[in-house]
Amino acid sequence: MNGFLEDLQTYGPGFWDAALTVFGLTILTIVVSWICGLLAALGQRSKWRAVRATSAFYIWFIRGTPLLIQVFIIYFGLPQIGIRLSPFTAGVLALGINSGAYIAEIIRSGLSAIPKGQAESALALGFSPGETMRSIILPQVVRIILPSLTNEAISTLKNTSLLSAITVVELTLYAQTLIAMTFRPFDFYIAVALIYLALTTVLTQLASWLERHYKMQS
Amino acid sequence: MSAPLLSLREIRKSFGDNEVLKGVSLDVTAGEVVSIIGASGSGKSTFLRSINALEMPQSGFMDFEDMSFDFRPESRFFPSQTQLQALRARVGMVFQSYNLWPHMTVLENVVHAPVKLLKIPRAQAIEEAEALLARIGLFEKRHSYPGRLSGGQQQRVAIIRALAMKPRLMLFDEVTSALDPELVHEVLVLMASLAADGMTMLLVTHEIAFARDVSSRVVFFDKGVMAETGSPDILRHPESDRLRQFLHRILHDELPRSGESDSKGLTQ
Repeated sequence: MNGFLEDLQTYGPGFWDAALTVFGLTILTIVVSWICGLLAALGQRSKWRAVRATSAFYIWFIRGTPLLIQVFIIYFGLPQIGIRLSPFTAGVLALGINSGAYIAEIIRSGLSAIPKGQAESALALGFSPGETMRSIILPQVVRIILPSLTNEAISTLKNTSLLSAITVVELTLYAQTLIAMTFRPFDFYIAVALIYLALTTVLTQLASWLERHYKMQS
Repeated sequence: MSAPLLSLREIRKSFGDNEVLKGVSLDVTAGEVVSIIGASGSGKSTFLRSINALEMPQSGFMDFEDMSFDFRPESRFFPSQTQLQALRARVGMVFQSYNLWPHMTVLENVVHAPVKLLKIPRAQAIEEAEALLARIGLFEKRHSYPGRLSGGQQQRVAIIRALAMKPRLMLFDEVTSALDPELVHEVLVLMASLAADGMTMLLVTHEIAFARDVSSRVVFFDKGVMAETGSPDILRHPESDRLRQFLHRILHDELPRSGESDSKGLTQ
């Protein structure tokens, strides 16, 4: 037990910083992914063929290639054409663009669950298609897809560990550094797992609170 | 006779090879209540929906108040998005499936359009909405979500939601068809009171008794054309065989006097 307290004192602050990094990565990634996802989902319904094709290509490419390769393309590949990003920025972009493709599919299924009459009644009152989407369709879609969005957010949080491969000092890379010094892989990987577990639990609780909050209104 | 409020000329619409409206023309004067009847697939709903261009006709002309449209796509008078929205803001529509927005309370459903589109101050819109809701006995339900209301109540709220825009014309598309029989009456009563108030109304309906008692004119659609039109009297004394057969099919043996023998044979 003394050993544990001592470890906590020695390595605790470092883990705390790494956990904050994971938290920050996750929040920023979620923002990027929702923007990408919404654009791609609406793009798929665009009246312009080029926009539909671009959205379809994005979703097809992202879902058909490994996340790690996408991370490498953005961090190691882009500098070759003159775009140099910090590991943190490259990581947020790669994870966000990746998750966006899945979010686009989630939004698409949500949109198709709304009866056609919902939009028709708004259009018949004189609302523009854009305002109809904003105030009538999307609020209903959000309620429907909240559980799927939670799952996607949890995946995103766990996927941040892949960014150790591009030198973002998040939990995994921090633990690897310690293991290289102390040769205690079991202790430190278990510690990392528990911290992820705590973070995902918080996220799940937050989401179920949101779900309850919105349920009451409908 | 005063100039018509709404005038439609040669409205045509096809879905693929299926020509649903084969050049339909109709004038509606302010204050008229026009009932449109006909078998399903006769084009009557498509016709109603083409009046506010929820279904865009492929050709035809329309005059409504100060607006004039030519629905041929290449025409200079083809309605722009802005014109469509202005038209729809003045033409109320009520649907078979109510289509209230489930994420908004009854009151929010009613004030949403007047506040956003007519820029009426929220407090004033709420006051007006509450007065309308009180009139139909649903004031107490104003903070409920639509899911808590019966079908008849939802449909009456849907009518109020359209009325809150102060439309010059109301379109009713089979508004009682999805209702349980015991809930039909309350909706028809509200519609009859609107008619009595002088609202100009076009309704697609299967409620023959309502069409007979409330409307000023009846239009019978058959296979994409207006097969017969006239006073509600044509429901008692149809001129065309097609209307006689249609009425017989839906009213069974209540009608008609003339072709009694062969119409008996039709229902057996």
